[in-house]
Amino acid sequence: MVSSILPLTLINVSVRKGAKVILGPVDWELSSSGCTIVLGPNGAGKTTLLRLMHGLQKPSKGEIAWQADFKTVSARQSFIFQTPVVMRRTVLENLIYPLLVRRIPKKDAEREAAEWLEAVGLEDFKQKAAVTLSGGEKQKLAMARALIIKPEVLFLDEPSTNLDGASTVSIEALVKKAIADGTRIVMATHDIGQARRLASEVVFLLHGKIHEISAGGVFFDAPRTNEAQSFLRGDILL
Amino acid sequence: MNDLFAGFVEAAHLVLTLDNDLVEISLRSLQVSVIAVFIASLIGLPLGALLAVARFRYRRTVIALLNSLMGLPPVVVGLVVYLLLSRAGPFGVLDLLFTPTAMIIAQVIIVTPIIASFSHQALRDLWYLYHDLLISIHTSKAQRMKALLWDGRRALLTATLTGFGRAIGEVGAIMIVGGNIDHLTRVLTTAIALEVGKGQFSLALGLGIVLITIAVVINLAVHSLSKTERGGVW
Repeated sequence: MVSSILPLTLINVSVRKGAKVILGPVDWELSSSGCTIVLGPNGAGKTTLLRLMHGLQKPSKGEIAWQADFKTVSARQSFIFQTPVVMRRTVLENLIYPLLVRRIPKKDAEREAAEWLEAVGLEDFKQKAAVTLSGGEKQKLAMARALIIKPEVLFLDEPSTNLDGASTVSIEALVKKAIADGTRIVMATHDIGQARRLASEVVFLLHGKIHEISAGGVFFDAPRTNEAQSFLRGDILL
Repeated sequence: MNDLFAGFVEAAHLVLTLDNDLVEISLRSLQVSVIAVFIASLIGLPLGALLAVARFRYRRTVIALLNSLMGLPPVVVGLVVYLLLSRAGPFGVLDLLFTPTAMIIAQVIIVTPIIASFSHQALRDLWYLYHDLLISIHTSKAQRMKALLWDGRRALLTATLTGFGRAIGEVGAIMIVGGNIDHLTRVLTTAIALEVGKGQFSLALGLGIVLITIAVVINLAVHSLSKTERGGVW
């Protein structure tokens, strides 16, 4: 096994948009295993935090330190967007794209893809234009495309916010399988039930700051901060 | 009204008898424009993709420049190419003036900005959709351009056809650098200009109808070929 790119350390990181600080300052270490749920209301900075760790967003201040160089780190992580992004190609071509980018021969990529199409239940759609899929199918395709590179870290930004119950169940099943396979998961959500089902660790984010970090069980049974308590009660935090 | 009717009769006559001169100048029109559009696409499409994905200092300036070059007056392009290719000019030794090659050069200059600008506009919207994903997958700039060019091929086809329409209907530049020499550089548009000059309106109109028909047929053919590929969604 090659050496891990984790733990990830965020040192005094903040993101500003104009004069407004939308995240930070954040100090945090992402450990090597488990499923971290970033919980918080809309506008708390969850998306920004995830994009920052993934490298889609540059910090205005502070440092983000992985345990390997930039190239290795970028190659070993995937990101699932809230609104799934599919390319204007067939489902199969979408799925193998990350492998082709890594210069894996098309034949091998397609063999790999066949397993994933089955795993997410899209094998009947493989020659269909991906843009014609339903929202839930698109997100499943995005999951398969993210996992096909066997990432060490998988970021998910509210992956089931726009989905119905059945699709949410299948997305969560895929997340659980990824956790079981040893993939480090960092997932943003404002859905308390989903957080409860998946979390081994909870990071509670409010107004761009980390208010509380606890193990999953501890957070839901005995939140330490008043804000977390009221959020769990279902109060609206302003 | 009489002239118009006579024009249709003349056009029908030319086409039905497969008039030798008509076939020759039509084929030359096609040859010059197709080659010019092909070369212009080789330059313009990647340039459009590059302008969509790359962020460099004078990008806005380049785009503004490209957009204004779309309106280049063909006569001026013809004049500049003429001066460059004439005996006294820097490329005079190549002996290209009054050849189809000179006409192709002039048309490439006219058409490239059109193809580049239209493809940039189409690919910019596609890049907006793909941006996060392609950065997340950690693609190189060349891979991003390739993905845009391939996935945006429908829109690029329209850009290319726009360029073709401009090329095949163009007269000012190719008249100057081609010279409208019979059996050598005469094409449909320059022939029309000549016949109008001679007062042969019905023949000129007949040629015009043939020209428009060719443009329409080419457009229809390309569109039907590309749409049968896969459903109508993209």
